[in-house]
Amino acid sequence: MTVATHARSVTADPSAEGGAPVVLDNLVRTFGATRALDGFSLDIAPGEFVALLGPSGCGKTTALRVLAGFEQPDSGRVMVRGGDVSAVPAQRRDMGMVFQSYSLFPNMTARDNVAFGLQLRRQRSQARRARAGELLELVGLSDHSMKYPHQLSGGQQQRVALARALAIEPQVLLLDEPLSALDAKVRAELRDQIRALQQRLAITTVFVTHDQEEALSMADRVCVMSNGRAEQVATPSVLYAQPSTAFVAEFVGVSSRLNVARSTRGVNLFGSDAPVRGDVHAIPHGDLDALVRPEDVSATVAGDGLGIVTHRSFLGGTTRLDVGYAGATIKVDVRSSEADAFELGTRVTLGLNARDVLVTGRRPAS
Amino acid sequence: MASLVADNIVEFEPPTTPSRSPRRHRIRLGRGLILLVAAAYFLLPIYAALHFSLQDNNGNFSLQPITAIPSQPGLGSAFFLSMRLAIVTMAITMLLMVPTMIYVHLKLPRFRRVMEVITILPIVIPPIVLILGVLQAAPGWLKASPYLLSLVYVILAMPFVYRSLDAGLGALDVKTLVEASRSLGAGWVATIWRIIVPNLRSALLSATVLTLALVLGEFTMASLDLWSTLPVWIVAFDQTNAHVSTAVAMLSLLATWLLLTLIVTLDRSTSRQQRRKRTS
Repeated sequence: MTVATHARSVTADPSAEGGAPVVLDNLVRTFGATRALDGFSLDIAPGEFVALLGPSGCGKTTALRVLAGFEQPDSGRVMVRGGDVSAVPAQRRDMGMVFQSYSLFPNMTARDNVAFGLQLRRQRSQARRARAGELLELVGLSDHSMKYPHQLSGGQQQRVALARALAIEPQVLLLDEPLSALDAKVRAELRDQIRALQQRLAITTVFVTHDQEEALSMADRVCVMSNGRAEQVATPSVLYAQPSTAFVAEFVGVSSRLNVARSTRGVNLFGSDAPVRGDVHAIPHGDLDALVRPEDVSATVAGDGLGIVTHRSFLGGTTRLDVGYAGATIKVDVRSSEADAFELGTRVTLGLNARDVLVTGRRPAS
Repeated sequence: MASLVADNIVEFEPPTTPSRSPRRHRIRLGRGLILLVAAAYFLLPIYAALHFSLQDNNGNFSLQPITAIPSQPGLGSAFFLSMRLAIVTMAITMLLMVPTMIYVHLKLPRFRRVMEVITILPIVIPPIVLILGVLQAAPGWLKASPYLLSLVYVILAMPFVYRSLDAGLGALDVKTLVEASRSLGAGWVATIWRIIVPNLRSALLSATVLTLALVLGEFTMASLDLWSTLPVWIVAFDQTNAHVSTAVAMLSLLATWLLLTLIVTLDRSTSRQQRRKRTS
């Protein structure tokens, strides 16, 4: 199940060294009354691995399909290597795609599936067989080359699909939730394989997923989408540590929301002044909520503390506490070795471990 | 210990429901009877025809009606006309229906209901109404050609062809296969010819054989259009030699059955493959 270590001739086209730069410029796509893409823009550097992350219906798959040429945008442009490909049909875009559902051609063996794109490019039979063999070796399936799709497991089928997409030396590799139909173990293995291959071939890759763990662990940058727009595009660490919007903070990782009041430096949080992330003047008027990560909050046992431990979840090295505080539930991570001190019902005081705090307008009561 | 256990054993007797067992027996008997009546309904006429086709003019058993078949005047041309019509019908049907069905499955899935209703119409409208209308509307040059019948047979075959292809396409993830093919550089023709059609083999075969059976058995339209196809010849020759014409009808029936057996065998092999796919 490991990726072969030798690249041999399985490299990108020399003229395409480093992958193709891609620009999605102000894309709009509507389906009836639904605006799937609402001015979506994204710049992707050559050889970069970008994940489109978001909840169902946020427009991430539509964005990928527009890039692939399966959907036409109502307005906006798709640029690859500086050229506008918006009007180029899918079969002429040179984009390899791996689909969510198993998409191997049932009437062809694994080798013939991989060789299909090469046959369309009129490569000679011997050459394309050799190349299909190399690619199957690359994804660790050379022993299965003569098997039909129904004789392969789900993980193997997706690896053949990956080899097939790479065989045509695409300008851009598009992955539409390719791991979502697989079980957890195979998913983790294939995740590592895809990333290793992408890095070695330096191919520009766009990966659609609703699984934040996949996005954060694989991508160079993650584009969090909501309502057809990019909420934030950043590296996984920046996205997690410095979410620019409440949506990103709540969608990526775990955040607790707490009503706060303005103070001299920013907002009053857990009885102290806390600086606000970003521009102070950009703080919305009216009532405010603070969004805090569990690891950014500290808890100390105190008889007169305002928080009460209401729940504990063991997560291995850390234990997550639910602390009832000022009408909200604040999630706090403590070391598991110290968790015994936090019995249910224990009174605690809370403090902020982070430099600053993300503040947003108060969410209306549901 | 053994005796203790033995002493404590209470013999288990299943609760008896006196009415159930005879009732089941009656139901089974009823089903058997219905099956027998149905079988007799279908098989007796066939048996009678077979019996009749193996008799000479005096009513004695004879293979003469069968051995005489090849030398009957007009049979060869009627058979080849029917075959030509069948081939042309199958070609037009496939060229028309396969791309249409793929398009409907891909782009107009909501239209499938309408298609179902439309394709039932040839069953609802009597063939005599259809052919009289066609003969009124068709241009002279087309009325002079036997292939007018092929055009009408395409409509007659639509209910069977639609259902076969719909089932075949329903078993495939057509959208993903088409998109995968296109992303690899294939145009529409290559995608249909090299990806969709090979995976519809069983459905296409089924549609083809049903069309063939329909064309080889259609009498009303051919007769009204004044073309001597195989069924028309059988009916006409019945006036000359009923034994031979019945023998030809029996051979035609046998050929159709063999084709249907072929479909069932291929379908079974396809379902076995699909089962293996599901379990793997």
